Amino acid sequence: MSDPEVTDQLAREHGLSDHEIALIGEVLGRRPSFAELGIFSVMWSEHCSYKSSRRYLQKLPTKGACVVQGPGENAGVIDVGDGNVAVFKIESHNHPSYVEPHGGAATGVGGILRDIFTMGARPLASLDSLRFGPLDDPHQRYLVRGVVAGIGDYGNAFGCATVGGEVTFHPRYRKNVLVNAMNLGIARADQIFLAKAAGPGNPVIYVGSKTGRDGIHGASLLASAEFDADTDAKRPTVQLGDPFTEKLLLEACLEAMATGAVVGIQDMGAAGLTCSSFEMASRSGTGIEMDLDAVPQRESNMSAYELLLSESQERMLLVAEKGREQEIFAVFRKWDLDAAIVGRVTSDGHMRVRWHGQVVADVPVDPIAANAPVYDRPTARPADFEERQKLDLAQLAPESDPSAALLQLLASPNLCSREWVYRQYDQLVGSSTVLRPGGDAAVVRIPETERGLALTTDCNPRYCALDPYLGAQHAVAEAARNVAVTGARPLAVTNCLNFGSPERPEAMWEFAEATRGMGDACRALGLPITGGNVSFYNETAGEGAIPPTPTIGLVGILDDVTCAVPAAFRGAGDDVILLGETRSELGASEYLAVRHGIERGAPPALDLAAEQRLQKLLAAAAARRLMRSAHDCSDGGAALALAECAIRSGFGLDVALPATGLRPEVALFAESCARALVSCSPSNSAAFLALAREHGVPAARIGQTGGVRIRIAPGVDVSLPEAHDLWARTLPEALG
Amino acid sequence: MSAARVGVLVFPGSLDDRDMLRGLELCGAEAQFLWHKDARLPESLDGIGVPGGFSYGDYLRCGAMARFSPVMRAVLEFAQSGKPVLGVCNGFQILCEAGLLPGVLVRNRDLKYVCQDVRVAVEDPGKFRAELPAGRGLVMPVKHGEGAYVPDPDHKPRVAFRYVGGSPNGSTDDIAGVANAAGNVVGLMPHPEHATDPLLGSSDGGALLRSFLAACVAARTRR
Amino acid sequence: MKLRVLVSLKPGVLDAQGRAIEHALRDLGYTQVSGVRTGKLIVLDLDTPDPEKARALAAEACEKLLANPVIEQYEILS
Repeated sequence: MSDPEVTDQLAREHGLSDHEIALIGEVLGRRPSFAELGIFSVMWSEHCSYKSSRRYLQKLPTKGACVVQGPGENAGVIDVGDGNVAVFKIESHNHPSYVEPHGGAATGVGGILRDIFTMGARPLASLDSLRFGPLDDPHQRYLVRGVVAGIGDYGNAFGCATVGGEVTFHPRYRKNVLVNAMNLGIARADQIFLAKAAGPGNPVIYVGSKTGRDGIHGASLLASAEFDADTDAKRPTVQLGDPFTEKLLLEACLEAMATGAVVGIQDMGAAGLTCSSFEMASRSGTGIEMDLDAVPQRESNMSAYELLLSESQERMLLVAEKGREQEIFAVFRKWDLDAAIVGRVTSDGHMRVRWHGQVVADVPVDPIAANAPVYDRPTARPADFEERQKLDLAQLAPESDPSAALLQLLASPNLCSREWVYRQYDQLVGSSTVLRPGGDAAVVRIPETERGLALTTDCNPRYCALDPYLGAQHAVAEAARNVAVTGARPLAVTNCLNFGSPERPEAMWEFAEATRGMGDACRALGLPITGGNVSFYNETAGEGAIPPTPTIGLVGILDDVTCAVPAAFRGAGDDVILLGETRSELGASEYLAVRHGIERGAPPALDLAAEQRLQKLLAAAAARRLMRSAHDCSDGGAALALAECAIRSGFGLDVALPATGLRPEVALFAESCARALVSCSPSNSAAFLALAREHGVPAARIGQTGGVRIRIAPGVDVSLPEAHDLWARTLPEALG
Repeated sequence: MSAARVGVLVFPGSLDDRDMLRGLELCGAEAQFLWHKDARLPESLDGIGVPGGFSYGDYLRCGAMARFSPVMRAVLEFAQSGKPVLGVCNGFQILCEAGLLPGVLVRNRDLKYVCQDVRVAVEDPGKFRAELPAGRGLVMPVKHGEGAYVPDPDHKPRVAFRYVGGSPNGSTDDIAGVANAAGNVVGLMPHPEHATDPLLGSSDGGALLRSFLAACVAARTRR
Repeated sequence: MKLRVLVSLKPGVLDAQGRAIEHALRDLGYTQVSGVRTGKLIVLDLDTPDPEKARALAAEACEKLLANPVIEQYEILS
């Protein structure tokens, strides 16, 4: 069995451009071997090298008082007090989830978990942001069932609570579903582990599952290319994971780290052994001598190429202090996991790989990882950009039945109850979940402290499709608002940037605009970006691309987790208070889309200063325990938010929205920014309203809770049980 | 009277072991972990808790492989001597597979994992009676994919707890938990350890854990 | 030698998975499908060349671990 001859054609089949092929020749000073070709093709794939996105990501704000580790490591790290740090990140697993929804979603969860515990943190909470095509499409239902089951099966068996996320249905995701998995773990500040291959002479140790042929070229070919007619043939490239083994790996890694013998550690994810070893060596300025024959294998006759590129799951690469190998082996033996020395750290800056006694690859480390090509792709604003912002409200037929409109919105796929999804997730393991899924942000207690963290993922793709810059800003603002309504102070951001092909100028323009918007919003709100993930090529020949979807994962902190504020009403007779200003705008709204079938108009105006004032008010009010509940206003406007507070609590309401100068449907369904709905017991209302005044946040008592109807003037009067029923039924009826 | 000394078994894949330890400690126990490979139990143990999770990945059948772990022979002797054993969720499955409780747990009727609060009514919890009079209602969460109880036709169970208003998983006769004939071994699918800290939800589970601990102390003094 | 063992639910025990599969097949138009039962196929690689000993070993494995006698039955296939 001999390797194929390395020709330019073979290199192109590996996804390399002619420019990159020439670059390889310059780096090596010769033609690459087959194994070396494999190495370059994965390391320089879009997914691993970020070659099209680097120049934009470099402009993002990454510094902040709480930041311990910014972008560039497996995950971001922030200080959360009491000698603890939070380690968190969000990542995509989009293309594999379309090809095999259960397996793709499961391994997406597995991958992000490893990114967290490879840094020494025990995972505490998971969230998943999911986007699919229309809910009435049978194939989409198949995908939804598979993805949700995959996330549940992996996360539940691994033992990390899944506490939040989002599900969006939109025709433009029909052939390119999105699965963005976020995780956050806690570690001691003085016990964080980085991916270093330091100390020449130190052993490089492989731990975890044996290597098979899973997922070869999963990253380079699946995640770095659009779908086309050959997509089904890519099925074997989806890896299957084993959450049980990952749980053992977690415990073993944490125990190994506690011995003090671990110098550096990195999980093997996309591009397997290749990516992890190169990254570790690159960060330390060292090299690695590797012997592939020492790699534990579960298939026979694996070639060097296959061993280097396999994406078998549940494997880690660690560098130990020379002489302390046995301590490491004892830990992995206890947990019945494979551990083998597969190499040594060197000082010559080269990756030298041996197999069957021969050197099959000898590549300088720096040019590959740190000096990967960086592209400045052409961008082009779409010709219809100005046109699609236009929306003349005067042309819109007045709403004849606001009650029916509200019920229709409540039952619509993007606004209805998500309980069908999250009841398939273990929300409780770890005894830390203070606010469970269903509200705005989840809240978890930081173990053995009095503090809590609020977590959310957010992005409105319709806003981003119409105006990527403003839409991305809204994503940040909404995430911060969702965290703020629990009483938490927004702290830091991770992001998963899902876009079409960077080789298409319009898609590249969307990426440039969205990252600019995200950066500007984070700067204005004082939120550092600690890391994230880019997923390009989310488009299908003949079908088009997804809407630009910069998913924001945001973490906030509560100094006293017992102050966490739930979203739904708590009783009858409480005052309902509307915070913020409602403007005459319906562009890009759910009301327009669901009730009128229109997706156009500029997204709502965004006032980041007002958002910040609102955030500070909510944190102060929560600390003083002035609120019984707080819920943010976003999709579907104030009416939808009020209805949700009633439906989820069983307590009706009777309120009148401020409507001077506004058409009724605008007062009810406009998605103006910087607004929230708060309920207070009457004895606290005056103090709360005074606090709002102090913080410069407009506030008005609009009515009270109680009864069995949802009454929202102007024009809405519906039965609470009927509204609950319509809201609760949509997903179970569609999905079973 | 000193605190009950309880051991919490840990198998590869146990997940709610730390939660069970925490719940027991919140209720006043002195608790420690018992590693599955240790064939001998510590001296002067008053009770054993078998926690929830996916021991051995739930492969083959839930609990089927855990029952053969080295520690289980000692656990069997411990139970057969009349000392209290509490099995929760995967723990309940392991006790059934080990023959310490009758019946078996199978896949939920609608084939999906379910995580939600349920209400159960106390019926006959064997020796774990201290705060569990018959008829008392308890709200606790379930979280499982294989929690439908199927009785052994040859061994009618002592029903310890029954779901109120229907089961979330298709259990025969809405059985949520059972006790053995001697009353010292109790298993249930709902998680009392996740209903102990009022910050996190219901604290009804505390009554169940404290009843278990009271039985542990009583068994110690009865030599 | 390899022995194949089929473990399935005893007749009369509710097979929820089988029922779901039956519905899915009928929904696809296979209305002639009037029942579905599922089971597990376990393939044992045994180090004994003696077929009698192998079958006895497999039966023991089934009794002890592979099948739960409360609800499952087993069949040793060739």
